Amino acid sequence: MGRYLLSLQRFWATALAGQLEYQANMLIDLLAMVGSLAGSIFVLSLFFGQGRELGGWSWEAALVVQGIYTFLDGVSSTWLRPNLSAIVTHVREGTLDFVLLKPIDSQFWVSLRIMAPAGLPEMGLGLVLIVWAASRAGASFSLGTLLVAVLMLCVGGVILYALWFVIAATSIWFVKTWNATEVLRAVLASGRFPVSAYPPTLRLVFTLVLPVAFLTTVPAEVILGRAAMQMLVLGLFLAVIFFVGSRAFWLFALRYYTSASS
Amino acid sequence: MRVSGCPIWVDVVIEVEQLSKTYQVADKTPGFVGTLNHFFRRKTHDVQAVSHVSFTIEPGEMVGFLGANGAGKTTTLKMLCGLIHPSAGMVHVAGYVPQRRQAAFLKQITLVMGQKQQLIWDLPPLDSLSVNAAVYGIGEKEARYRINELAEMLEIGEELTRPVRKLSLGQRMKAELLAALLHRPSVLFLDEPTLGLDVNAQARVRRFLAEYNRQTGATVLLTSHYMADITALCSRVLLIDQGELIHDGGLDELAASLSPFRQVRLELNRSASPEDFVGYGELEALDDRAVRLLVSRSELTVVVARLLANFDVLDLEVNDPPIDELIGSLFRKGRVV
Repeated sequence: MGRYLLSLQRFWATALAGQLEYQANMLIDLLAMVGSLAGSIFVLSLFFGQGRELGGWSWEAALVVQGIYTFLDGVSSTWLRPNLSAIVTHVREGTLDFVLLKPIDSQFWVSLRIMAPAGLPEMGLGLVLIVWAASRAGASFSLGTLLVAVLMLCVGGVILYALWFVIAATSIWFVKTWNATEVLRAVLASGRFPVSAYPPTLRLVFTLVLPVAFLTTVPAEVILGRAAMQMLVLGLFLAVIFFVGSRAFWLFALRYYTSASS
Repeated sequence: MRVSGCPIWVDVVIEVEQLSKTYQVADKTPGFVGTLNHFFRRKTHDVQAVSHVSFTIEPGEMVGFLGANGAGKTTTLKMLCGLIHPSAGMVHVAGYVPQRRQAAFLKQITLVMGQKQQLIWDLPPLDSLSVNAAVYGIGEKEARYRINELAEMLEIGEELTRPVRKLSLGQRMKAELLAALLHRPSVLFLDEPTLGLDVNAQARVRRFLAEYNRQTGATVLLTSHYMADITALCSRVLLIDQGELIHDGGLDELAASLSPFRQVRLELNRSASPEDFVGYGELEALDDRAVRLLVSRSELTVVVARLLANFDVLDLEVNDPPIDELIGSLFRKGRVV
C-alpha cells in the first residue's frame, strides 16, 4: 500500500513538473476553465432565472446540481480526461508496453498517472457553489448528511470513471476512440440539470442505463435532505458493479493487446 | 523441471517450447471501393508470426536474436516478457509464466526498445527514475546508490538533470538503459538497443552491456540489425525466419548452416586466367595472382589438395564468408533457400 501511495505522489509530482515546463499553456488552461464556468452559470440563468422552477427544483436547489456538475467536471479535467485519453496514445504508440511491464497494477497506473492542476480551481469553485447554493436553498448541514453526501459524490465519481475507462479501454481494439468519449461527454453534460427536468423515458435511461442521475442529482438530493433511501442503495450497488465491470473489462482487453509493432 | 510460476533457482532461465503466435490481419485493397468493401465486409486472414519455436537459455548467457524485419523477433520477445499471449506452446522465464505478469516476475525482467521510450519527455531523466524507484519499491538511498553506480558505468552524469527532450539520441538511450536497469533485473530483453546511434555511441552501449553482464551475471537476449552488436556481444545466436527458428548455436556455426560454401583465397606465384579454375568451385574474384574461390564444404579438403598440387601457391587461406554478408543476403532474399 505504501508503495502505491509513494508512487502516486511521484506520479503527480512529475506530472505537475512536466506541465509547469510550459507556463503559457498553463495560463491558457486556467483562463479556459474560468470561461467555461462563467458560461455554464450564464446558460443556467437563461434557462430558469430566479423564481422559476425546473422539474420541481428551485433555482438555488438546481444550482447545487450545477455545483456538483462543476466539481465533477473539475475531477474529469484533473484526472479522468488526461489519464484516459493517454490510454489511447499508449495503445497507438505502443508505450503501454512499459506500463504493463511495471510491477504495479496497470489499471492504477493508466488511471492515475497524470494530474492536470488546471482542473483543481474548477473543483474548488464547484464546492463553493454547492455550499453557497445549498445554504441559500435552506439545507441544514449535519455530519451525517455530509458523510453521505461525500459518499454519494464518490459513487458519482466512480460511475463516471468506470464508464469513461471502459470506453478508453476499447482503444485496445479500435485504437481511435476520441469520438466515443466525445459522445459520452455530451451525455454527461445532461448532468448539469436535475434528472426530474427530463421526460420520464430519459429519466429512466439516466438512472439505469447511463446513470447520470447518480453523478449529480442524487448527491444534490442528499445535500438538500430529500434523497430517497433506495436511490442511495441503488447508487452504491451500481458503483460497485461499474467498478468491478471496468476492472474485468480491462483485464479482458489486455488479453487482446497486441502491442504496436516496432 | 520446476513448478510453473514458482520462483526457484533454475539452471535454465528461459525455456520456450513449441511457441506459436497467430495474428488476424485485415485484407484491404487500395482505393475508395476497397475502403468501402473493407468497412462493410471485412476480410481477414491469419498470419503466423511465430511458429513452433523452441529453445532454452541458461543464466548469464548473452544470446543474439537475428532475423529480417517481420521475421517474428519482436513478437517472440514480447511473448517472453508477457506482453503478448501466445497462441500455442509454452514459455517459462525465470520460473514464471510471463503472460501472468506477476509482480515478482516483472521485478526480474526488463525490456529496452530502441524505438520506444519510457522516460518523461519534458523532464530530466532523474524524475523518471524517481517514479521507477517508487514503483519498484526501491528506497531513496538505495536508488541514489544504484543511479550513481549505473551512471558511472554508462558514462553519464549531468545529462540526468537535463530535460529528456534536450538530450541527444545517444544520451537518451543511455538514460533509457539506466531507467530499465534500476531494479537490477536478472533477465534483459533488448530490442534494437543501438538503433539510430552513431558508431561511437553504439560501441559505448555495447561495452556497457558486456560489462553489466559480466558484473551481474544477467541473462541477455538481444535483437539488432547491426551485426557488430551481435558479433561483439553474443557467442550464441538464434536466427528466426518467417516465424521459424532456423538456427540455434554458435555464431561461427551460423556461417556453416547459412552457407554450404567456404571461401578459399590463393596467392599464386604466376598470374592465372579464369579458365584455369574450372572444376574447382565458383570463382568469386581473380586479380592477376590473387584468387578467391567458393568451394563446397564437403569437397574442401580434396579441392585444396588439388589446388596445391596443380598451382604454384605462395599463400592459401580458408575462411567462412563474412557473417554479415551472409545474413545481409539472407535478409535481402527474405527467405533462406
